[in-house]
Amino acid sequence: MKVINSSLDELHRLLIHKETTSIELTKIFLDHIKKKDSDIKAFISITEDVALQQAVATDKKLAANEEIGILEGIPLALKDNMCTKGIGTTCGSRILKDFVPPYDATVTELLRESGAVLAGKLNMDEFAMGSTTENSGFFTTSNPWDLTRVPGGSSGGSAASVSAREVPYSLGSDTGGSIRQPAAFCGVVGLKPTYGLVSRYGLVAFASSLDQIGPLTKTVRDNAIVLNAIAGHDPKDSTSVPFNKPDYTHFLENNVKGLRIGVPREFFGQGLDPAVEKVIAQAIKMYENMGAVIEECSLPHMEYAMPTYYIIAPAECSSNLARYDGVSYGFRAEADDMIEMYKKTRAEGFGQEVKRRIMLGTYALSSGYYDAYYLKAQKVRTLIKEDFDNVFSRFDALISPTTPTVAYKMGEKSDPLAMYMGDVYTIPVNLAGLPAISIPAGFVEGMPVGMQLISKHFNEGLLYRAAYAFEQSTDHHKAIPALAGEVD
Amino acid sequence: MKISKKEVEHVTLLARLELTEEEVNQYTEQLNSILEYAEMLQKLDTDKVSPTAHAVQLFNVLRTDEVKNSLSQQEALSNAPEAEDGYFRVPRIV
Repeated sequence: MKVINSSLDELHRLLIHKETTSIELTKIFLDHIKKKDSDIKAFISITEDVALQQAVATDKKLAANEEIGILEGIPLALKDNMCTKGIGTTCGSRILKDFVPPYDATVTELLRESGAVLAGKLNMDEFAMGSTTENSGFFTTSNPWDLTRVPGGSSGGSAASVSAREVPYSLGSDTGGSIRQPAAFCGVVGLKPTYGLVSRYGLVAFASSLDQIGPLTKTVRDNAIVLNAIAGHDPKDSTSVPFNKPDYTHFLENNVKGLRIGVPREFFGQGLDPAVEKVIAQAIKMYENMGAVIEECSLPHMEYAMPTYYIIAPAECSSNLARYDGVSYGFRAEADDMIEMYKKTRAEGFGQEVKRRIMLGTYALSSGYYDAYYLKAQKVRTLIKEDFDNVFSRFDALISPTTPTVAYKMGEKSDPLAMYMGDVYTIPVNLAGLPAISIPAGFVEGMPVGMQLISKHFNEGLLYRAAYAFEQSTDHHKAIPALAGEVD
Repeated sequence: MKISKKEVEHVTLLARLELTEEEVNQYTEQLNSILEYAEMLQKLDTDKVSPTAHAVQLFNVLRTDEVKNSLSQQEALSNAPEAEDGYFRVPRIV
């Protein structure tokens, strides 16, 4: 119980004080995964051999009294859309079921260099398109707080694995809320960094102008530690921004005095569960009591964010997914000629939601409709971005619920449009390329509620400061799903 | 109706997707409901608004043209559904 619930600082301390070894630590987590994952189903693959190999390397360094880094010798897991050299990377799709990348994603490489121990690859909605993991080409992950509910998505495996204490941290990716929404549903901390802060090289592309990789952790401090390891300019990603990276743990001070926090009224409208609203209202009150300056504000174009996203994201997806043609990698269906082969390969390889978005995107980009849909959506995107620019001249951060409700029951959302509405508070952030964090803010009927904080480009430090102050004044992050605790 | 069944069939060809009759009917209905929802964007006057392709603006990222390590031919072909003599092999084209 103690080890699996430990923070990264604690795990690091256990290693450097030789109270445990990396092998011992790694085996504890691998055992926990073996015991719990038949219920949770967070993992697509468990990389036991790779993990133990890295653990041995760390233990050698420790035995020789060499210094080790903060993540060294400690397990993690990656969403299965980040390339891992020599280790299968499925992206939750049957079309990539047997794909073994010949190279590492930049985040994978950075973590390998940090000596991090890769425990496995995590389930997700196919090509990160979905909000529940029900669109995974393989199976659906369960929410550790209630196995009959979804963990959220698309980084459902990333959130569930950390919530169930199967790994100390994981990485997810967020195109319209895919880190923050599952973090909220599973009661963990999830950061979607500023677009361009973390390299997308080796992240299987969904919507390139919106995708961003970020950490999922138990605490805000752990989150800052992991961001330190993965943020930074990468020449291999032309949208990666040259930027002087600070040490994000330096922002963690329990003080929000004078911080100006805006409450955008559009994030508290129709569709928001009153019980969730109450939890967020209490959090806002708490910030006020801690000395923050709270004021209502307005982002007038927010109602247009959903339709804008559901034109832009499918358009980019239809273009990105054109590469799955059965020629150079991935699944191929047998056919007599080339065009037939393409059509059959894609028909058999892709699931329903992916096909739906490819169809929508292809249509929106097709001759005669481009101006009406895609160009129009890109213009509205400008208006949405300007709304944020306006409020950030007056506020340091914005506060909102991460999602309108707690986690759904499996199978509850069958209509695509109804499913999309769950991302109404997270999508505008991606359109504007902003950083945002979801942290545990309380519970409704035993299920976690997430609170979202949004800030200006490259202002992750301020988000961490505000999130940390709230976390230190509450006990929500200390709550553990009963299922995760039944061990040791 | 924003998009007809015939248009959906045309899009399946553009997207290189073989769909069943049932799927075409289902997508026609679903795409219509999504496109009708997206219709609300037309309410906004955007004549004087320039489009945003990326939220964080970067311009002409250039680098010097240097020879660096890349994937070997063997690695590049390692995931090929079918390969022959160092090439990707595909079904007949014409």
